[in-house]
Amino acid sequence: MADLILSGPISAPASRWRSALARGGARLWIGGVLVALLLLIALFAPVIAPHDPAEQDLMSAQLPPAFMRGGEAAFPLGTDSLGRCVLSRLMYSARTAVSVALIASLLAAIIGIALGLVAGAFGGVPDQSVSRLIDVWMAFPPVLLSIVLAAVIGAGLVSVIAAIVVVDWTRFARIIRAETQAQLARDYAAAARVLGLTRAQALRLEILPNLVPLIVTLLAVEMGIAILVEVILSFVGISVTGDTASWGGMITEGRQIVYQAPWIMALPILAVIISVIGFNLLGDGLRAALDPVQRR
Amino acid sequence: MSDILLRTGQLGFAYPARSTSPFGKPVMRDVIKSVDLAVPRGAVLGLVGESGSGKTTLGRLLVRLLEPTSGGIQFDGTEISHLSEAALRPLRARIQMIFQDPQSSLNPRLPLAVTLTRQLEVYGRLKGRRDRRDRAAALLDLVGLPTAFVDRYPHELSGGQRQRAGIARALALQPDFIVADEIVSGLDVSTQAHILMLLKELRAKLGLTVVFISHDLSVIRVLCDEVAILRGGEVVEHGPVGRIFSHPQHAYTRQLLAAIPLPDVEPGWLDDPPSRQQPQQQGSAA
Amino acid sequence: MSAVLEIDNLHVAIGAANVLRGVSLRVEAGEVRGLVGESGAGKSMVGRTIFGLLPAKAAIRAGQVQFEGRDLLAMPDKERRGLLGRRIALIPQDPMTSLNPVRRIGAQMVALLQLHLGLSKRAALDRAADLLAEVAVRDPARVLQLYPHELSGGMRQRVLIAMAFACDPALVIADEPTTALDVTVQRQVLQLVERMRQRHGAAILFVTHDLGVVAKICRSMTVLHAGRVLEDGPTADVLVKPHHAYTRALLAATPRADRPADALKPVPPALIESLWAEARRLDQLTATRPA
Repeated sequence: MADLILSGPISAPASRWRSALARGGARLWIGGVLVALLLLIALFAPVIAPHDPAEQDLMSAQLPPAFMRGGEAAFPLGTDSLGRCVLSRLMYSARTAVSVALIASLLAAIIGIALGLVAGAFGGVPDQSVSRLIDVWMAFPPVLLSIVLAAVIGAGLVSVIAAIVVVDWTRFARIIRAETQAQLARDYAAAARVLGLTRAQALRLEILPNLVPLIVTLLAVEMGIAILVEVILSFVGISVTGDTASWGGMITEGRQIVYQAPWIMALPILAVIISVIGFNLLGDGLRAALDPVQRR
Repeated sequence: MSDILLRTGQLGFAYPARSTSPFGKPVMRDVIKSVDLAVPRGAVLGLVGESGSGKTTLGRLLVRLLEPTSGGIQFDGTEISHLSEAALRPLRARIQMIFQDPQSSLNPRLPLAVTLTRQLEVYGRLKGRRDRRDRAAALLDLVGLPTAFVDRYPHELSGGQRQRAGIARALALQPDFIVADEIVSGLDVSTQAHILMLLKELRAKLGLTVVFISHDLSVIRVLCDEVAILRGGEVVEHGPVGRIFSHPQHAYTRQLLAAIPLPDVEPGWLDDPPSRQQPQQQGSAA
Repeated sequence: MSAVLEIDNLHVAIGAANVLRGVSLRVEAGEVRGLVGESGAGKSMVGRTIFGLLPAKAAIRAGQVQFEGRDLLAMPDKERRGLLGRRIALIPQDPMTSLNPVRRIGAQMVALLQLHLGLSKRAALDRAADLLAEVAVRDPARVLQLYPHELSGGMRQRVLIAMAFACDPALVIADEPTTALDVTVQRQVLQLVERMRQRHGAAILFVTHDLGVVAKICRSMTVLHAGRVLEDGPTADVLVKPHHAYTRALLAATPRADRPADALKPVPPALIESLWAEARRLDQLTATRPA
């Protein structure tokens, strides 16, 4: 009890949440709001979109947004070449984006983290195998890999998700491997062994909680990356086609008529930029909010 | 039942150093050369060494965090030098370690309630959340920390408080034998004194046998019954603490003692060689 | 007798917390004064204030720091930078982080000598080798070519001592230079610091928490707690007949290799509590007083 007083007043744990939020700062708030907005739009698109995204009206093709000359109130952000409501398509695309982002990131994370943990915790042959695998894997051009995949699976969302998982698991694996090794070198890991934990118990009960901040941050950033990849793969014709709305698809279509109807390409680009910024800021804010627990 | 709780015979530890060629056998570097120790039940053995002496490695060998590359370790009559992790598990309830840096030796992302009772949990002695909190509170009380600290995280404690928590964790299953590796090294004089007193008290109360590793001979004097001086992976001198401090035999021991700056003004101390050979002993020989 | 360093009623705060509460101390020419305190006492803050290395949120609320009669705090930055490293030097605590790990020792020493003494590269190299020989480094020419990580802790500390005395400073601030060292190496380093001081005629402010080190190298000492000076005087007097209860308690709590085990008396928590209460009262008083 003595050195409680000897060391001078120690700040009480009071509100850990509040100090975490304070550490996260503006990035956490702005990122959080943007991502929440994206998720809400994706969730409620069928309710809030003014039109059916697939509904064509050739009489109203290439109408500019309502606030520009020639626009109509019925189509707040204009229409595309087939007369489909741009705003509605943007909203429904959010669903595509979010599903790609969530599913692909989680799958890439699960595979990458599992392999990274094994490599970092066991060392020796498992580490060598996984590391060499990663080295070789990363040597393949990602777009080429995606095209090959699409040739096998066929174009569409599944192909996009598969492409992201197949390429990006290596990012998770590398970082988790390094962090696992760093954590295992610390005294609390040695203490776990002395206390009698098996290797598996130590990994699950002691090491994993220390990996959580890193994993959360990586996931947030990966979701932003996934959205971008969908756009890229659209150009290569691997992503969804036809009536299913996606930002990548809109950009690809809009590119053809960028001089006549620039809003068809510009607006989805803006949506992508805002979403990616949102995920990056969120990831950054989460890192700041969760990490300092360890720093001290 | 033998009087000696822990015994080592020609204990050695070497690891492969970076060799100059990628082919052929790696060059082995001896950290511990040939150490014979005999720690009687209930005694406190001080292990003194400067950096590079191998004292931390020796400490880790004694708790079998490392496996010796030569020689043997016997704990309570059982040969433990090359036991598998599975075979060691029951013994881990009886052999424990307190680490030097409390900042890194407590899991930063877990509250004390979990950290302190982790061993109980792993050995199946916990009966649920309520039990965990109660047992953690009891352990905190044992080391003089407020029971409200069960919910605190390591970064919400001071250095001395963290060190106490480290001691509490080691005592969870009431071990017989503890290795304390430089546990007061980073602490202020006032905090250090409290931790030393705590350890003395616990040793008497729980009947612990302790190996106390330190580079600081003055601290060793406070706590230990016997001392072993380690240098370059070997024990150059050992004996009862009173004898070592009043009549050191080995030149290195004398050198160590002479280099200690006591808080007395002494004009000749900085001269070469020092005018004082070793600290004049006050009080009883013990 | 002119004071090399005179600190008068220095109040420094970091945000809302006061770290120095009216610290006053004097270092005479050629004197070795120990600045003693535990962690959090504010002893490194004193050095940082002199060097202008306070953290961003720190504010000097009141007080003066005079070096050789000149006001350090009011001095323009450029003028102060001309003094630091040359007339006022620092021997830092951690040699590993104080030396640039990616530059050779010789390069770092030469850079310092060229900056402050305006020497040519050739002349600077020669002087660097001489300095290393002064700090008893064998084969200075070889060491100049090495990187910091290729030297032992004791060797690195010698290099830093050489760099501190390189420009014949009037004041050297030694910030816990032996805390991380083995006891035998510590003695060698203390011997060295004393020898260099005598040869170059500097005054030293020796910051430490170790009363034993103070006893051996400091002729006078100042005891700090919670940013306040509790006791001040010749070392021989303070250690034998301490005036303040805190000093007495620290001495009683210091383990001694020449005393039996039961001589150790931990510092009474009540004493520390009362000291903090005094510090808080002082804060209230200075807050109400106009700046």
